[in-house]
This record gives sequence, C-alpha cells and structure tokens, in this order.
Amino acid sequence: MTRSRPLAFWLFVGPFAVGLLLFTGLPIAWSGYLSLFDARGTVTPTRFTGLDNYAAILTDRAFLDSVGTVTAFAALVVPATTVLALGLALLLNGITVARAFFRSVFFLPFACSYVVAALLWRSALFPGTADGAANTALGWFNIDPLAWTGTVDPPLYWVVLVSARLWLQLGFYAILLIAALQRIPQHLYEAAWVDGASPRWQSFRHVTLPGLRGTLVAVLTLNLINAYQAFDEFYNILGDSRGYPPFARPPLVYLYYTSLGSGGQDLGRGSAGAVVLALVIALVTLLSGRALRGVRREPGR
Amino acid sequence: MRPVGRRRSTSGRVGALARWTVLLLASALFLLPFALLLRDGVGTGWATVRQVFTTTDVPFARSLLNSTTVAVLQTAGQVLVCSLAGYGLARVPYRHANRVLAAIVATLMVPTAVTFLPTFVVVSSLGWVSDLRGLVVPGLFSALNAFLFRQCFLDFPAELEEAGTLDGLSRWGVFRRIVVPNRLGFFAAIAVIDFIGAWNQFLWPLVIAQDSSSWTVQVALSALLTAQNPRTTLLFAAAAVSVLPIALVFALLQRHLVRGVTETGLNG
Repeated sequence: MTRSRPLAFWLFVGPFAVGLLLFTGLPIAWSGYLSLFDARGTVTPTRFTGLDNYAAILTDRAFLDSVGTVTAFAALVVPATTVLALGLALLLNGITVARAFFRSVFFLPFACSYVVAALLWRSALFPGTADGAANTALGWFNIDPLAWTGTVDPPLYWVVLVSARLWLQLGFYAILLIAALQRIPQHLYEAAWVDGASPRWQSFRHVTLPGLRGTLVAVLTLNLINAYQAFDEFYNILGDSRGYPPFARPPLVYLYYTSLGSGGQDLGRGSAGAVVLALVIALVTLLSGRALRGVRREPGR
Repeated sequence: MRPVGRRRSTSGRVGALARWTVLLLASALFLLPFALLLRDGVGTGWATVRQVFTTTDVPFARSLLNSTTVAVLQTAGQVLVCSLAGYGLARVPYRHANRVLAAIVATLMVPTAVTFLPTFVVVSSLGWVSDLRGLVVPGLFSALNAFLFRQCFLDFPAELEEAGTLDGLSRWGVFRRIVVPNRLGFFAAIAVIDFIGAWNQFLWPLVIAQDSSSWTVQVALSALLTAQNPRTTLLFAAAAVSVLPIALVFALLQRHLVRGVTETGLNG
C-alpha cells in the first residue's frame, strides 16, 4: 500500500513543480547571477563585475534612504496594526447584536485595491487643497488646511500612507484574531474567575493573551514582511507624471525605477538591490522573532 | 473577553456604552472612503461613468476585459495546479515527498516582491512581455496555496478514499469523484481569495503590461491617477467601476472569504 509511486506523484505535483522552478526558483538564481554582472539594458550579460553592483548599491544614498524609509514605515504600521486589530477583534467578539454587520464593515476594505485606496486618500481624504475630508475636519477646529502629501517637515505624508494601509488591512488581521479568540476554551476563563482573576484586565492578561500568542506572532510576521514589500500606495499616492518625490521612496519603488523605469534599465544593480532587500527582510523577521521570544520568557508577562 | 453571564452592573453598562460608541465611530470612519467613492464616482451622474468608457487617454474598457480574463484564468489555473500538487504531496506515497515539500516551503521564505525583477527577466526571455501569458502564468504557482491544499487533504478521512479504491477508482478518480466534491467549500475559499488578489494586483501588471492594450484595470487607474492633469470626476467614476466586480464577489461569497482568510492567514 505504501509503495513509493514516483510516476503517480509527479503526475500530480509535476506541473506545479515545473512552474515553481521556472517562475520562482530560476528567478532567485538568476537574480544572484545578474547581481554579479554589468547588466545595463540586457538580461543576458557577459561582463562579470564581481561585487561592484553591491558596492554601488550599498553606497547609493537613494537606496540606503529607501531602506530607512521602509523601516520607518514598518515601525509605524506594524505596532499600530497589531494593537488596533487586537482591540477591534476584542470589541467585535464581545458584541452579540449586529455582529455580522460590523465584521463586514471592517473587512470591506480587503476587497478594495491599493490603487483605489490611493486615489481616495490622495484626492478625497488628504489632498493638498482646502477641501478634502481631513481638511474639512480641521476647519471645524479653525485649523488652516494642510498640504498632506507634500509636507515633508514635519513629515505629514506618513499620516496619509499609514492610515491608508491601516484601513486596507486592519479588518483582515482582526478576522484572524477573532478566529483565534474563539478557539480559546471558555473553561479557562471560568477557571481564572474561580481563582479570583478580575473579568477584564487579569483574565485578558492571563488567559486571552497567552491563548493568542501563536496568532499574534503570525500577525506580526505577516505584517512585517508585507510592510517591507510596500509599493502600491507609495507609488500611487506620491507619484505623478513629473516623477516620484525623493522622500518616502521604499526599496521596491527604487528597484522599479532603477531596473525598469526611467532610471536606466540597470538590471545588475537592481538584482543586487533585490538580494540586499531579501537579506534585510530575513534579518528583520529573525530579530523580531527573537524579541518576541524574549518577551515570552520574561517572567510575569 | 466574552460576555459575562452575570447581572449587569453600572460599570458594565458604562462599558457597553463605551464599546458601542467606539464601534460606531470606527465604523463611520471605515465607511467614509466608500461613501466618498460613491459620491464622487457615481454621484456625478451616469454621463461621467459613460465617459470613462469613451475616453481616449486610457483604454479603460479594454483594461476591464483584460482584468476579467486575467483574474478568471489565474484563479482557475491556480486552484487546479495547486490542488493537484497538494493532493500529490498529501496522499501519493513517494520516497522523496518530504524533500519536495521542504523545497516548496523554502520558496515561501523568499518575499515575492524581491523576485519580481528576475521573474520579469525570465518572462521577457520567453517573449511574454505585454502578453496575456506573461500576466497569467507566473502567478499560477503559489507555494502557499499548494501547502494549504496539502493540509486540507491531509485532514480528509482516508477510509473514504480507500472505499473509492475498492470500487475500482484510480488515484485521479478518487481525487476527482470523492475528494474534490467533499472539499468544495475549501476550494471556494481559496478561489475567492485568489480572485480578489488577482483583480487587485498592481506591481506585476505594471511591470509586465508595458503596452497599453495589455493594461489591467489597476494599471489603467494608476495611469489616470498619475496623469499630467488628472480629471478627478472621471477618475472617481473609473475607480467605482473597477470596484464593482469585487464588491459583487465579496457580497456573494463573503462566508467563503472569511473562512479562506482565517485558514490562509493562520498558516501564512
């Protein structure tokens, strides 16, 4: 019965495996290869340049700034998303009336594309003109309208970029957390009350949080990786026909312009950038995992 | 914190009031963008909506057709290819199956956005730039989906499959006649997520659809948005039209969608 059946196995897995090899495996290898060559305007370079592309990209202010930008973005988005999604999940899990309705309201933006959200944020909510929902609200308090996307000092554009992403993804993460909340056995809460835990804060700390730990780690990790891959909202909210502003440029926008856009079709340098970005994401994910494990070990937390 | 089955104290009532205030305020904030989309998109009248399809700046009707084709083909292809792979990995005995699985899972560690550039290189070597194949095919091989299908089939009761084998069904027959019909809910969940993802994707179509006749609706919208003098009313109408198919899918299949997110996200 358990005899190895290579032919049958590959009939099922083969098409997928070939495709994955061609469109993911080969690109990863090609990326490493291209990064070692002078590949300006060509996909089959011949001039080997060793680590020159890496040296170039690691001394390129624009690239280093882009890594700084996306790190700032992640530092704003990841904690905000996690805390607000947890709060939203607790609120939604606690109500009994109109549950489905409220869940749909918060989940609805999941259906919306980042491009449409970019349009709404840039033209209807946070335009640089006197109208727009945010400036109307400021007007109620007699505050002059602000040029949201164009103001670099203080960096008001973060409000626009971060709020757009929160709107788009909070519901998604709240749904994950609600599912996890419902898997916490009710008897654990009852046991905690018998032990004298107060129904709110103490049972949250000693029952809810430990019960959610696995999902919270998943939420943080997913969120972090997604934040580092930001492209759509930056490109569409800040860019226009005159180009892209030098501030708030994440690595993917940099790579897009360097390798494919007006930046000179430099695939070698772009590939080196892609390799560096992959390493940065791996490092950040690893460090955050470490930090979370540290929190877990800390007594009383 | 579950609703506690005790009498409501005064502090409990204050808590409930605060809870509902926060919920209603947050809901209003979350719905505001949609309200603005409706007001500025459809509220300006059907003439504007009609204008979206007749404007010469951007081939909008064509881009809608392209998006529909891409989303349908990509969803169908992805579900087919990944479910087959998942079944093979879960159920067909093979000496190296675990190694194959490990290799597939390892590709999950590489962020997809990092591979977009080399994938572009591969696709352009195949001559698929500005081509339907370039838009659809690279997206079919989702390691995450194959993995999720495998988990789903591992949970399937093996006795049912053995009964099918005794009835003379082949591996393929067992998969098609017993496993798939019994796991349709899971297939639907994955398909809804894939469809929304395919419709809303932006970076890949932007890279690969260089000729405006191969633009998807997101690329067309972005072109309108970043144009020299964006015509705002037209843009909002176009955006409203672009959201319509997804709103429909969302409304009809929300139950599957939520299930899919729960299952997909947890294993991501």
